[in-house]
Amino acid sequence: MDTFLQQLINGISQGSAYALIALGYTMVYGVLRLINFAHGDVYMFGAFMGYYLANSHWIRSNLGTSAASAVLIMVGAMALSAVLGILIEKFAYRPGRSVTRFTLAFWLGILGAGAGQLAGATFASVAAGASVGILVGIIVEQAGLRPVKQNSRLALLIIAIGVSLFLENGGQQVFGADPKFFPEIIPTHALNAGPIHIDSQKLIVLGMSIVLMLLLNVIVNYTKTGKAMRAVSFNLDAAKLMGINTDRIIAFTFALGSALAAAGGILVSLLYPRIDPLMGVMPGLKAFVAAVLGGIGNITGAMVGGLILGMAEVMAVGYGQSTYRDAIAFIILVLILLLKPSGIMGKGMNEKV
Amino acid sequence: MKHRSWLLVLSLVGTLALTSCAAAGRDQQSAEIVIGEYGSLTGTTATFGISTRNGIEMAVDDVNEAGGILGKKVRILVEDDQGKPEEAQTVVTKLISKDQVIAVLGEVASSRSLAAAPVAQQNGIPMITPSSTNPRVTETGDYIFRVCFIDPFQGLVMAKFATNSLKIKNVAILRDIKNDYSVGLADVFVENFKTMGGNIVADESYSEGDTDFSAQLTSIKSRKPQAIFVPGYYTEVGLVARQAQKLGLTIPLLGGDGWDSPKLIEIGGEALSGSYYSNHFSVQDPSPAIQKFVGDYKARYGAVPDALAGLGFDAAQVLFDAIRRANSTEGDKIRDALAQTKDYPGVTGKITIDRARNAVKPAVVLQVKNGQLEYVETINP
Repeated sequence: MDTFLQQLINGISQGSAYALIALGYTMVYGVLRLINFAHGDVYMFGAFMGYYLANSHWIRSNLGTSAASAVLIMVGAMALSAVLGILIEKFAYRPGRSVTRFTLAFWLGILGAGAGQLAGATFASVAAGASVGILVGIIVEQAGLRPVKQNSRLALLIIAIGVSLFLENGGQQVFGADPKFFPEIIPTHALNAGPIHIDSQKLIVLGMSIVLMLLLNVIVNYTKTGKAMRAVSFNLDAAKLMGINTDRIIAFTFALGSALAAAGGILVSLLYPRIDPLMGVMPGLKAFVAAVLGGIGNITGAMVGGLILGMAEVMAVGYGQSTYRDAIAFIILVLILLLKPSGIMGKGMNEKV
Repeated sequence: MKHRSWLLVLSLVGTLALTSCAAAGRDQQSAEIVIGEYGSLTGTTATFGISTRNGIEMAVDDVNEAGGILGKKVRILVEDDQGKPEEAQTVVTKLISKDQVIAVLGEVASSRSLAAAPVAQQNGIPMITPSSTNPRVTETGDYIFRVCFIDPFQGLVMAKFATNSLKIKNVAILRDIKNDYSVGLADVFVENFKTMGGNIVADESYSEGDTDFSAQLTSIKSRKPQAIFVPGYYTEVGLVARQAQKLGLTIPLLGGDGWDSPKLIEIGGEALSGSYYSNHFSVQDPSPAIQKFVGDYKARYGAVPDALAGLGFDAAQVLFDAIRRANSTEGDKIRDALAQTKDYPGVTGKITIDRARNAVKPAVVLQVKNGQLEYVETINP
């Protein structure tokens, strides 16, 4: 029984980590109908910003480890990631929304260069990959996309994968590929109830994910910007006609999503204090599953989906085979897509044309 | 299947390149001896590759300062495999067919060495892995050697250590199921620990790259072991230790040389205090050869060498020694000389190559104490 309760707590803790990442994922999807594959990498970026801020001379010498420094690190990393989100939106997704031959070729080129690097890591293979990507981009645009130029989701999806690879490989160059220790910006206190072990950081992560979920609900449902976001989500062109600056709303959505990813990066790094440039890949995929499970686009659903996924994984490991941990997430994804594609809390939606 | 046809194409291209321009690097008349090295200079196990490269660089510079081998300077070509087995295969093919190296040094991880070894074997180029401890690596063929001990030995060392020195009976296993090295160590530990009269109370696993181990550790805790054998890499062990501490597990963790990295203690912190692992050498060893190596390394790289640096250094030294004895840079002659290596005084112990092309040498057990490593004892083969 003690073991079961402990596993339950482990599951909630793991689940709240997934929920935190899934929140931003689902919000960006809800507004833009874009699966932002780079979300996990912005999460990584946020964790690294937190790492550098926490180790910065000024914070260490002036604030040490205090509530003030923790808040400052968190807000700073969120702000920096929001800037990254806006930049990604401005330079990758915005041109992609009205696809030109140039933008598609550019991002497919990056994608090709990434593939070239995976295949050979030499200048020749990267260059070859990039040129093949550019060529494919030109051909695809010529043959397939030109007729449906506006609002091409396929192009945006390809761009998102390109951005993700760009951040992963760029991260290895800039931050270094070796794992780093994320400092304890909030000291841990063990809170033990008999044989059950909980610590303050698990509670902080769970609490923060609930707070952020509520905050996000308030922003989307009860503010003017939120109203505009919902309008953009409902119909981009009609929103434009109603005088909404849609580009600005979309940029805001990305900034908000990226700030959430950064908050997730820092909070999850408190639980698992090892960070590296590829840390976002698996959690990003798992958070995607959590978002789909809860009903993609639904903020409360992301929370529920994250908790269910975390619990399912921990129980599979604790009472079954630890080998199947990652398989669980994707079995859940397949099942939910087969049985209830709109997710647990999602509303069935007619495809808009 | 796809992979295999790739390999076929690669080796075909390799053979073509070999026959068409064999006169380039492997020419007996050329002014320098070119040796290839491949390792994970980037990726999650980057410190492995970087330490090894540092050790090899030192050995190359030492030998060149002393006038080179057979009157020629030694040049080392380093390729990054990013910690990926398929990449290891690609870069070794490149080193052998394009750069015409006479021998290859690498890799640290057994899974990468296993991917690249067939390429060296097919081309008749000797390969020495400094620190791949999985037995299957040298079983690839008669051109593949190693200067470290093999998994069965490390598993045996820790089983002996747990039984004789720690005097414990109940041990749990937490192995990295994706990693040949970790699975190999765990299997041998289990086998030997049982024959010595111990019990394995739990056998759990994780996958490289995981961050959450609390589910496994909670199951392990309920079985009340006296120690946990975690033969994984430092990248995960630090997190395992922290989470074990948070779950109220105060028993020592035991491990192998995959723990050996300055990052281990940075990530694990004081949660690792009291844990033990087997390793290739200890910087606290008073022998003058080791102290000179440690001093030189510190002066050059500003850090204390880990075992991988020592093994990289030894792998290069053993190769130079073999080239000297063979008095040739031809693959088969170097291979024969390597096979006859006996009691070569390396910094990681006296190295003798046995008939299976593995090194026979002692292991040391180290303990983590207050953020430092302490030498505990040497366990002989």
